[in-house]
Amino acid sequence: MKEEISSIGSNAQTTQYIAIFVSISLFLYIFYLIRKKKIKEEYSLLWLTSSLVFIVFSIWRHGLEIFAQMMGIAYPPAALFLILMLAIFLILIEFSINISKLSERIKIMAQELALLKDELDTLKAGKPTENPVRDDNFENIEPVDDPVKK
Amino acid sequence: MHVITQHFNQPMKKILIIVPAYNEEDNIRGVIHKLHHENEDWDILVINDASTDNTSAIARETGYAEVISLPFNLGIGGCVQTGFRYARNKGYDFALQFDGDGQHSAEEIHKLLAIVKNDEADVAIGSRFSRKHNGFKSSFYRRIGIRIFEWFSYLLIRQHITDHTSGFRAYNRKAIHFLADHYPSDYPEPEVVILLGKNGFKIRETFTQMHERKGGISSIPLTKGPYYMIKVLLAMFMSAIRSKIYHYERRN
Repeated sequence: MKEEISSIGSNAQTTQYIAIFVSISLFLYIFYLIRKKKIKEEYSLLWLTSSLVFIVFSIWRHGLEIFAQMMGIAYPPAALFLILMLAIFLILIEFSINISKLSERIKIMAQELALLKDELDTLKAGKPTENPVRDDNFENIEPVDDPVKK
Repeated sequence: MHVITQHFNQPMKKILIIVPAYNEEDNIRGVIHKLHHENEDWDILVINDASTDNTSAIARETGYAEVISLPFNLGIGGCVQTGFRYARNKGYDFALQFDGDGQHSAEEIHKLLAIVKNDEADVAIGSRFSRKHNGFKSSFYRRIGIRIFEWFSYLLIRQHITDHTSGFRAYNRKAIHFLADHYPSDYPEPEVVILLGKNGFKIRETFTQMHERKGGISSIPLTKGPYYMIKVLLAMFMSAIRSKIYHYERRN
């Protein structure tokens, strides 16, 4: 046991290999998901860049020290946490944006669905629709609006 | 507008009463009957916000109302917006928002309609507080909240509105078209005031008698009061600092 612990402690190389392995597999996994179209490219850009950052820092260990020094961080791994947290933060914001966009779209779809169902019921029942020809409305009808983009 | 009036020989303005309803099986029949007896020319549209009770069937049964059922619960904002979309698509001149829980009184609709019909304003709000002596009593905390809204909205849009949470409102055609595309979700009433004010719509408030709630539950649970206040104030502020979506100049 003692031997093992000391060998791990002394061998920083092992940690680095693990780090390189993990970050590369993370990158490849994200790449695979995009290729299989399980994630859309636009959403995955942040994932890809952050996993690339991990690869860079796991290979170029000195880089982390330089970065830490630049930021005035005494303990280099803390710089790693900082980068990690920022990346996660950005990704979560991106998620919030997408969720908001999706819920807005779902709301509009639900409304349009309900209105169309009503229109369909009216037509099925053979009742005359209130405005068979909506002359004034045709120019007013806007293309299916995307309030998110506005 | 003139084309359509001549074409269908309708000298009358088309008026739609939008009734958002969520689990209002106890009240909805009475509400529809009252509205219908108040004026038979008004079209009544019940938007059933995916109720889990018989609201939709009971409303249809009356035979006086068109009933639209949402596929899932959208909340009061999404529910009312569906009504505006309907009103826009069918070319209505005026739309009224009238709660399905029976707290608004149908007789007071004329007051609100008169304001938008005479073009005194684009939107008329039925307020509980415009006069001192009225039948409505609200809790202390709610009154504080209402005061904060009043002050905050005057700061933002320079229009005096006392009852921001009132869901008793009349809208003209311009407002209908605008709100069909831009209606906030969640707790929309105060935010709509800012949105409309910001985009150049004129809002006029008038005192309307309101009944105590007969059944159902308030859309704002008291326990969520502070959360509601903060969320709504933030939404109001954001609406005010957003750029104009619509450039609208009133004629008068």
